[in-house]
Amino acid sequence: MSSTDNSYVRTEMLPEREAPTGNVGIVGWIRKNLFPDVFSSILTLIALFFIYQLLAGLVPWLTGGIWNASSLSECREIIGDGPAAACLAVIHERFWQLMYGFYPSDSYWRPNLAFILLFAAISPVLFDGVSRKMFIATATVPFIGPWLLWGGSFWAPVTAALGFVVGYFVYKLVAKSMNNLLALILGPLAAIIWWLVISGYVSSGLASVIPLGLEPVASRDFGGFMLAVTLGITGIALSFPLGIVLALGRLSDLVIIKTLCVGFIEFIRGVPLITLLFVAQVMLSYFLPKGTDFDIILRVMIMITLFASAYMAEVIRGGLAALPTGQYEAADALGLDYWQAQRLIIMPQALKISIPGIVSTFIGLFKDTTLVSIIGLSDPIGWVKLIQSNSEWTGVVWELYGFVALVFFLFCFSMSRSSMYLERKLQTGHN
Amino acid sequence: MKKTVFLGALTIAGLAATAAMAGTLDDVKARGQLNCGVSTGVPGFEAPDANGVWQGFDVAVCRAVAAAILNDSTAVEFIPTTGKTRFTALASGEVDMLSRVTTWTFSRDVDLKFEFVGVNYYDGQGFMVPKELGVSSVKELDGATVCIQTGTTTELNLADYFRVNGMSYDPVPVETNAETQTQYLAGACDVYTTDASALAATRASFEAPGDHVVLPEIISKEPLGPLVRHGDSEWADVVRWTLNALIAAEELGVTSANLSEMLAGTDNPEINRLLGTSGSLGEMLGLDADWAARAIAVGGNYGEVFETNIGASTPIGLARGLNAQWTDGGLMYSPPFR
Repeated sequence: MSSTDNSYVRTEMLPEREAPTGNVGIVGWIRKNLFPDVFSSILTLIALFFIYQLLAGLVPWLTGGIWNASSLSECREIIGDGPAAACLAVIHERFWQLMYGFYPSDSYWRPNLAFILLFAAISPVLFDGVSRKMFIATATVPFIGPWLLWGGSFWAPVTAALGFVVGYFVYKLVAKSMNNLLALILGPLAAIIWWLVISGYVSSGLASVIPLGLEPVASRDFGGFMLAVTLGITGIALSFPLGIVLALGRLSDLVIIKTLCVGFIEFIRGVPLITLLFVAQVMLSYFLPKGTDFDIILRVMIMITLFASAYMAEVIRGGLAALPTGQYEAADALGLDYWQAQRLIIMPQALKISIPGIVSTFIGLFKDTTLVSIIGLSDPIGWVKLIQSNSEWTGVVWELYGFVALVFFLFCFSMSRSSMYLERKLQTGHN
Repeated sequence: MKKTVFLGALTIAGLAATAAMAGTLDDVKARGQLNCGVSTGVPGFEAPDANGVWQGFDVAVCRAVAAAILNDSTAVEFIPTTGKTRFTALASGEVDMLSRVTTWTFSRDVDLKFEFVGVNYYDGQGFMVPKELGVSSVKELDGATVCIQTGTTTELNLADYFRVNGMSYDPVPVETNAETQTQYLAGACDVYTTDASALAATRASFEAPGDHVVLPEIISKEPLGPLVRHGDSEWADVVRWTLNALIAAEELGVTSANLSEMLAGTDNPEINRLLGTSGSLGEMLGLDADWAARAIAVGGNYGEVFETNIGASTPIGLARGLNAQWTDGGLMYSPPFR
């Protein structure tokens, strides 16, 4: 009994075998995802057919595109009886106009530099390895950027920045010697007085001692993608803090603040952006005294910022609402005051929750900047129309709009990608 | 005491504002630059070229005015305005004059408080159809689908014309001219209607212009011209007579080629008065003697400006038609320089 031969029982593991070639690699992937059953296979074939049709038209059209011609009719001559081809010469000839509008060509480095500085400014938020010193860039770019774009005396941004310093010192001084509320009023007041009254004298005084400046460029000359990006970034940068304040105001216990914030948010959200732009362009011209030179781009920036901040406020309020009450109570239990609690506990979590919504608002805002072409500003869409008005290029449609769409896609796609990256980076959950 | 200071400041501000309004000519001289409202692009009439320099038939009027006043045809800030923003831009003082394919109508002149200083192009609404439709007159278009730009006088003219003639049509509303072209070429509508000048420009840009015909009927009057604000007649005079100088120069045979020769003095007293070699017409306008000569020097006389921008030798290829001199059977007629 004991010497039963158990040799049919395997005593060692078989070596692992390769999975059947049909189930792994490309073939496996295709079988699993594209042809798992009859219905899916049919759908796959139909989809492949349409993709082929699209590419068969698009690829030769683009690769056969004509880059060197001075007019649409010349393009057509070159193409002759050959297959349809894109007249990309229009992009070649008008590229800089689509990018910078009427901005003086010897000063293209200024918007470029401003754009690079902007990346330096947001790098501490996006990347871990960046030195904390980069926050200096974040603090200076809001002053240097506009100066680079519009030019003028170097002392204007310096004195503008000094306004914040003045406000801060007054606040500190009053807060130390008298009470906090008074400091909260007097600090900003001092800064406003500085900006409105004193800064003009200081900056012109400094300019007469050390004349340092760039050739001024009128807002009128801003155009193309530079205008879209300038409007978009100003809107994004200003609407974010404004949105936070509005969201907090809406949740505040103070009746007046709450009513004001709710009223503002609901009013702005109840009105289409294009209406606000018409108010900026048309109505304000009637309200302001004749001859007042209130820069049109500034007006549009203000309107876009107000519009975006109302949406931003609601997105952030969503983030605040998603936060468990325990977090608020924990902050209270630690003895933190309102601002400390917001800064250290509530906001970091609420903002993280709202990142997708915030970035959606940013992308929407950036795309909405094309609406300014309706009020006569030459953004990329406006420039497409201006280019089409040259008798050489009348009738070019796909190439120009396609190019604009492509550039917009690049901007929006990279924004959406960085938002996903940021979300992953800030991920603190356990899943 | 404080109140008085405040009221005083207010009064001065008010006076300053009125003063700023009073003399557009003085403003332009002080600024050293003319703010000219143009459209956001119409082929042949206004568009920036590859170097970002504005070119076109309407643009030439702005440049002539700038040259007459400031002796510099490039001292013009061109401000693009849309059909919706143009009148506000002028009324609010954002631009000194509008020169942007704007039709002179009663309500614009009277109700909107503007002053049309003349006509630089007599246009009218026309129709274009594909040749294969075999239509030779607008009267045969009963029941056709028509691509029509919304919010324009074209839309109203079309409705009027079809009602008067007891015909019906099926409108396809579109927003811009470029969109209209695409729709028309895609066959979304049988008929494309807009101003005859734009029709010609559009047809010229087609791949096969021969496949489309412009019907002979012109169903509306569209006198296009520069306009200024009501209530500043001195300024209106400057713009009006600059335009007239270009028209009169063609009639009198003054061209950019023979201008310097003519400036030396001629036997024709009217030419001498126009070019400022005799008389004091410039002084009466608040300008110097050779204001008109400078305006003509920019792009030549009216006929030359026409030929360079929209004439038969350009892709747009418009015939003079109504825009010929009155001596050639057209409507271009400048009051005498006397």
